[in-house]
Amino acid sequence: MIGPEERAWADRTMPPVTALGMVAIAFVAGGVSFVAAYLPKHAPLGPPIACLVVSVAVLVAAVLLLAREREFAWRRFFQVAGWALLAYIVIAGMIEYAIVYDQTRGPVLAVMTLLLVTFTLTVPVLLGFTVARFQRTS
Amino acid sequence: MAVAEQRVPVAGVEIRVEERPVEILPVKALPVVAAIVGCLVAAIGTNSHWALDFFHVAGGGVWTALDLFLGLLLGPILGSMALPGRIELTKKLMPKMVLIVPTLVTMTLASGFQLARYNGMLSTSYPQHAWVVASFAVVSVMAVIAIGLLEPANIAVLFELRKPEPNGAVIEKLMRRFIFTAGIIGMMQIATLVIMTWLASS
Repeated sequence: MIGPEERAWADRTMPPVTALGMVAIAFVAGGVSFVAAYLPKHAPLGPPIACLVVSVAVLVAAVLLLAREREFAWRRFFQVAGWALLAYIVIAGMIEYAIVYDQTRGPVLAVMTLLLVTFTLTVPVLLGFTVARFQRTS
Repeated sequence: MAVAEQRVPVAGVEIRVEERPVEILPVKALPVVAAIVGCLVAAIGTNSHWALDFFHVAGGGVWTALDLFLGLLLGPILGSMALPGRIELTKKLMPKMVLIVPTLVTMTLASGFQLARYNGMLSTSYPQHAWVVASFAVVSVMAVIAIGLLEPANIAVLFELRKPEPNGAVIEKLMRRFIFTAGIIGMMQIATLVIMTWLASS
């Protein structure tokens, strides 16, 4: 049987970090898909830059909302986010290598790299937040 | 590995069981993953048509089948099980998922993208280019769901299970989220299969 206290802990209200993180990743995916849809030609850079700006803004908003939380297992957050960041740096490195290997150069490469950096920073925040939100601080 | 004491509620009575803590990442399986990723890199580096085809078709097929199995078959079974049984199954299943799912996703997407480049399907002059872009959109939605909901739930449930007294409500909530999102991704993969078979036969 699950007690009411356990249920209340599982359902406690937290800032919408998961939802905002998903929005940030959606804009990154939109930007990358837009550029990839034009390969090997160069895509117009307006839409992917707009996607990049929105995704960075949403990610910053998520981090700021989370930073205001006092009752939060920050140690666990940084532990999980740190390892996840390491894993995603390896993944992002492989993707970046593939982009360069496929002769992507100049402003398109710069935008793709920045979108990749945003993605690499967003995933650890999502993983760290989901684990830490269920951890007791005391 | 140290042996921990865990309290598991059975029929309203809490029993203490001595057991090994749940492994977040099955380290012993990492060489297998490394070998698969190594072969994938070699396939992309050499542009081997057969190897790229193999990774894309095999990876996509297993990934789809696994998600549909989790979402439509195992999910309802898990939901009908008693909490201790559910926890036991979760402990055995979830560490494996931490390695299996990302490996299958990497296999399928990386080889698929390279195959599309190799076959000229990415080019805007390709007659079915709109379908390729549609597959990007479907994959993007799946990636957002997988990275935003499924993967964090997988990791979080493992951390919960490592506690001396795991919270059954947290496990139930996270497992529901995991199974539900796996089911949605499985359904979306059917859409991807429709697009891919359409492209392969056109």
